[in-house]
Amino acid sequence: MPQHDPRPLRLHVPEPSGRPGRPTDFSYLHLAPAGAAPQPPIQVRAADTADLAASLVRVLDDEGRAVGPWAPQLDPGKLRAGLRAMLATRIFDARMLIAQRQKKLSFYMQCLGEEAIAVAHSMALREGDMCFPSYRQQGLLIARGVPLVELICQLLSNEADPLKGRQLPVMYSRKQSGFFSISGNLATQFIQAVGWAMASAIKGDTKIASGWIGDGSTAEPDFHNALTFAHVYRAPVILNVVNNQWAISTFQAIAGGERATFASRGVGAGIASLRVDGNDFLAVFAASQWAAERARHNLGPTLIEWVTYRAGAHSTSDDPSKYRPADDWQRFPLGDPVARLERHLEAIGEWSAQQGEQLRSDIEAEVIAAQKAAERHGTLLDGRVPSADTIFEDVYAQMPAHLRRQREQLRSGA
Amino acid sequence: MTMIQALRSAMDLMLERDSRVIVFGEDVGYFGGVFRVTEGLQAKHGRTRVFDAPISEGGIVGSAIGMAAYGLRPVVEIQFADYFYPAYDQIVSEAARLRHRSAGDFTAPITIRMPCGGGIYGGQTHSQSPEVLFTHVCGLRTVMPSNPYDAKGLLISAIECEDPVIFLEPKRLYNGPFDGHHDRPLVPWSKHPRGEVPEGYYTVPLESAAVQRIGSDLTVLAYGTMVYVAEAAAAETGIDAEIVDLRSLWPLDLDTIVESVKKTGRCVVVHEATRTSGFGAELTALVQEHCFFHLEAPIERVTGWDTPYPHAQEWAYFPGPGRVGAAMRRAMEA
Repeated sequence: MPQHDPRPLRLHVPEPSGRPGRPTDFSYLHLAPAGAAPQPPIQVRAADTADLAASLVRVLDDEGRAVGPWAPQLDPGKLRAGLRAMLATRIFDARMLIAQRQKKLSFYMQCLGEEAIAVAHSMALREGDMCFPSYRQQGLLIARGVPLVELICQLLSNEADPLKGRQLPVMYSRKQSGFFSISGNLATQFIQAVGWAMASAIKGDTKIASGWIGDGSTAEPDFHNALTFAHVYRAPVILNVVNNQWAISTFQAIAGGERATFASRGVGAGIASLRVDGNDFLAVFAASQWAAERARHNLGPTLIEWVTYRAGAHSTSDDPSKYRPADDWQRFPLGDPVARLERHLEAIGEWSAQQGEQLRSDIEAEVIAAQKAAERHGTLLDGRVPSADTIFEDVYAQMPAHLRRQREQLRSGA
Repeated sequence: MTMIQALRSAMDLMLERDSRVIVFGEDVGYFGGVFRVTEGLQAKHGRTRVFDAPISEGGIVGSAIGMAAYGLRPVVEIQFADYFYPAYDQIVSEAARLRHRSAGDFTAPITIRMPCGGGIYGGQTHSQSPEVLFTHVCGLRTVMPSNPYDAKGLLISAIECEDPVIFLEPKRLYNGPFDGHHDRPLVPWSKHPRGEVPEGYYTVPLESAAVQRIGSDLTVLAYGTMVYVAEAAAAETGIDAEIVDLRSLWPLDLDTIVESVKKTGRCVVVHEATRTSGFGAELTALVQEHCFFHLEAPIERVTGWDTPYPHAQEWAYFPGPGRVGAAMRRAMEA
C-alpha cells in the first residue's frame, strides 16, 4: 500500500443546476425517445427490469403519434374522457387557487402538470381497487366522477363537509371511490397500501391496491417498509413514485435521486420496476395497466417512477421563485400532459381546437356552478362550519366518559 | 393457565371465531413467538392467518392499518414494548386518528400486543413501561392485564373492539405473579386463583377496573406487576389498603377509582414507568380533581426513577414492596 498524506474529506451536498435567474440543465433526467423502451411480459423477473428502471417508457412522440410496444389500444372515446378529467382537474385547481386567494379557503395544493398520472392510472384500475394517495392525486377523484360540490365542501370545511371540518383542505377521504383518507404525515399510506393488498390476498379477493408517494417522501422509512413488505409477501400492489423533481424547495437529488433513479430502488428490493414519462397519458395508462395485470395475476408488486414536473407552487403557502427558475416548466423536456394528449387526439383526427375551447368553457361553468352550490353550505368567511360538538365524535367508536365530560364543558363554557 | 397460555387461548379462539382475525409479527409464526405466546397457532390456522414479519415495527403496524382499512382485524406483536418507537408515527398519526380524520369513512380496529415492564434483568431495552406514550394519544385504548384470567378476557375484548388497542403484557407476570421479592421462588399461576381460566369464550370489559383487594385505610392505584407489589406491601405494613387494578389505563374506569378514594381518603399511585409526566401524574390529577374534599393526605406516587432502566441496579430501580410500603405509611401518617 503506498503511503501518502490523505487529502481532507469533503461532504457532498447535491444542488440543482437551476436556481432563480439560472436555467436548469435537464440532462440529468436521462430521457429516452418514445417507443424505445421494450415491454416485457407481465411475468418478468424483477432483476430483468433493471434496464427499464434506468430508462424511460414513452409512447407519444413529438408529433403526437403513439409509437412502440407500450402504445395501448385505447379507443378515442376513452382518450377524450381522460382529457376531460385532466382538464377538469386543472381548471378545478386554478379555481380553488383563486378561492384561496379570496380567503374562502385557508389552504390549497394544485397538481398542475401532474394530471395525467392520476387520471390515466385511475382509468387502468377497476371498481373496488383502493388507492392510497398523497395530497397531490386529486385527479383520481375527478377521474372517478366524484361530485365537485363535495370536494369543495371539504375544502371550505363548511356545514356539508363530509369530514366535518376536521381535516385541512385537500386531505380528502372517499372509500366508495377507492380513495383512502389522506394524512398529513408523509409516506405512511405507502405501507398501508401494501397491508390492504395483503388483506385482499389473505381473503382470496381479486382487488388490488395502489400506493402513492412523492420523490421527497421516498426518504421516509415507510417507503422502505412498503417495498420490503410488498416484496416479501408478493402483495398485489402498484407502488407509484411521483417524481416531480421537487419536495417543497428541495431538489430530488437531496432525496437520493442524483445518481440513481427511484425506480431502481424497486429493482434493488426485488420488485419489478418501470420508469415512465408521467406527462404521457398513453404511457401512464399502459404502464398502469401492465402493473395492474401483474398484481391481478398474483405476480406481485410493481414499482413505477413517474417522471414529471411540479409545475405550480408546492402549496398556496409556497413561492417557488425563491428557489428555482421562473420558466422551469416551459423548459421541462416532457412538456405539458394536457397539450400532448390534445396533440395526439388531433393527430388521429379525433379532436379540434374548437372542441378544446368548448370543453374548457363547459368545465369552467361546471366548476363555477359547483363552487356556488358548495358555498351555499358556508365558507370560512361566513363561519358556517360543523358544530363544535362534533369534534368529540369519531375519536372512538363509542364516546368514552371523559369525552362526554369535555363536550359538556365546551357546551357550558366551563 | 399461565398468562402466556391465556393470551394464546384468546388468539386461538378469536382466529377460530372470526375469519377477519390475523396474527403476525417478528418470530410469531412458525416459531411461536419469543415468549411462546403464539405457539401452535400457525400450525392450526395456517400461514395466511398467522405469519412471521420482517423486523420492521413501522411496517408491521403500517401494514396492519391497511389490512384493517380493508376489513380485517389484525392482532400484531411488537417483540418488546421497548421497540415500538419506529412504529410511533403509524400508531399516533394513523391508527389513532383514522376514524376521526375520515369521519368514520375508514377505521383501524387493530390490536398491538407488546411485552412490557421490568424485574427481569432486561436492562435498558427489555424493561421499559411506555404506557404514557399511548395514554396521551387521543383515539387509542391502552390496556394492561395483571393475571391470566384478565389477560384472556381483555385480549378478546381488545380484538373485538372497533378502536385501536395497545395491549401491554407485563412479561414478569407471564409465568406467575411477582410481588417484587426477587429472592423468593416463583409462584406459578397454577397455584393462584386468577390462574384459573375457562377454555371457552368470555370477555373482561374495557374501561372497567377491578378491586383486587378490598380495604379501608387507603387506595392504591396500580396495574400490571405493581398490583402484586402493592398486595405484598399491604401485607407487610399491616395497612388495610384497597388495591385497584386499573386494567384499562385509558380510557379508564374513573367511577371505581373515585368511589374507592372517597371511601378511604388516601391514595398511593404506583407504576414501574419513570415518574415525570408518567401515567401516575394523570391519575394523581384525576384523584385531586374528583376527590379533593375527601382527601386526608397528599397523594403519593411510587414509580421508577427518572433514569433509563439499569441492568445491575435492577432492584434499586424496580419499585418493590419496601418503597411502596414506605409510601403507604407516609400516606397514613399525614
